[in-house]
Amino acid sequence: MIEPTMREQMASTIAELMNTDPRLVMVLCDISAGLFEDAATAHPGRVLNLGIMEQTAVSLAAGFALEGFVPVVHSIAPFVVERPFEQIKDDFCYQRLGGNFISIGASYDYASDGMTHQAPGDVAILRTLPGMEVVVPGTPAEFDLLFREAYADGAPTYFRTGSQVNAASRPVRLGQLDVVRTGAEATVVAVGPMLDRVVEACAGRDVSIAYCTTVAPFDAAGLRALAGARPAPVLLVEPYYAGTGVSDVVDALAPAWLRLDSIGIPRRVLSNYGTAEEHDAALGLTAAGIRARLDALLVATVG
Amino acid sequence: MSRKDQLGRDPAMLPMLRLLAGTHGDDKHDRAAVSSLDVVWVLYQRVLRHDPANPRSEARDRFLVSKGHGPIGLYAVLADRGFFPADELAHFLEFDGRLGGHPDRNLVPGIEASTGSLGHGFPMAVGVALALQAKGSDRRVFVLIGDGEANEGSVWETALLAGSLHLPNLTGILIDNHSSTRPLGDVAAKFSAFGWAASTIDGRDHAAIEATLHAQDATRPSMVVAEVDA
Repeated sequence: MIEPTMREQMASTIAELMNTDPRLVMVLCDISAGLFEDAATAHPGRVLNLGIMEQTAVSLAAGFALEGFVPVVHSIAPFVVERPFEQIKDDFCYQRLGGNFISIGASYDYASDGMTHQAPGDVAILRTLPGMEVVVPGTPAEFDLLFREAYADGAPTYFRTGSQVNAASRPVRLGQLDVVRTGAEATVVAVGPMLDRVVEACAGRDVSIAYCTTVAPFDAAGLRALAGARPAPVLLVEPYYAGTGVSDVVDALAPAWLRLDSIGIPRRVLSNYGTAEEHDAALGLTAAGIRARLDALLVATVG
Repeated sequence: MSRKDQLGRDPAMLPMLRLLAGTHGDDKHDRAAVSSLDVVWVLYQRVLRHDPANPRSEARDRFLVSKGHGPIGLYAVLADRGFFPADELAHFLEFDGRLGGHPDRNLVPGIEASTGSLGHGFPMAVGVALALQAKGSDRRVFVLIGDGEANEGSVWETALLAGSLHLPNLTGILIDNHSSTRPLGDVAAKFSAFGWAASTIDGRDHAAIEATLHAQDATRPSMVVAEVDA
């Protein structure tokens, strides 16, 4: 059986939910519109392809939310987050309206298209918005689970999807860390599609691994329970700008003394093309790169 | 605050104007408050189906103020209609008051959408109009935008979008008090070119305001350009 991609899963999950939830409205800006043709036929007036006008799309979606609908806006990450950021902030967060924003492309799935199509900063800017939920599934099946749980919860929710996925799905729940394994040397927090390479990196090390698919609200209680009152070193592994979630980890474990490192995409202009995998390799976002940082963190701890 | 003498031609406006005369505190937006006052008053007095006792009634017409600045005129009209006690106007812009320099839908009864940053309410109104169609509602959506606001790109995204949709339930009102840094030219002609039913009226002429806002095109959204001197 061929597994669906994240994008295919998004379309099938939403199309299925539209059959039973008359509040659900899909707002498109050309991207992925072909995947919603059947849903548009089945639900006229609830699947809208506006064309390329993302700011208008987000405000228009807020108009639907004002009338009690549950809108979903979708595009490539820079165009559904960064271009209409103020519309998400004002029209959804400030108005306290629920809605959903689903990106495709993650940090650099479209690396060959250059910097304009990359969005390593999407989660960092959305974390500035009060009330914004941020969900980073690691597999298409996890997207399905998490979307069904979150889409109508009354909050604005961002789902970050992309081409890089883990090999197997976990029994994830919205707002909860999933403890993959426990150990004494360190706690490694792996966000979304970073889990497989984190598990590979931690082979032979007696470390805990916490799998994070809900970035906001962060499961502070879950991390405290796993790390304990005198926490071992923590390594945060993120698929976007490094350090995006550091304050969440620090806040969760405060006031404990903490040795912490974080791995992600460095905050510099990424002017290479190629593939996401080539970018990962160049930036150390591989199992070997993560292992090297983990070993260094633990050596420093011992020292 | 100073008021232009064009107001008050209709004696029925006087109670609202007395309320407005007692307010103060937002000098930088006085002009915006006054420029849209006749249109807003006529809307609530003669056009909008609304119930101040049940401001979120499904049976209401929707009115979104996309140019959220200068809301004191709107607040005075809402207070005059009974959406909230008129004595709250004295607390305009105060820390503990709920009447701010831009309206908040979660604080003020009768406010449909929280606006302030320009170019948001117009596309939001298109979403509301589409949502009402999806509900099978025959209620109407009115949205007020400013000529300065019409410098925003999202206004023209929305003009393009709505002009290509079947939205007879949507009526835009562009208050043109000639505050736009960029000359807008014939605004009605521009909206006509985008597929709207557009017209230009005197924004102080209550009969023209009422007649134009009551009218609906059979298939297209309408844009009323209300010219005012200030």
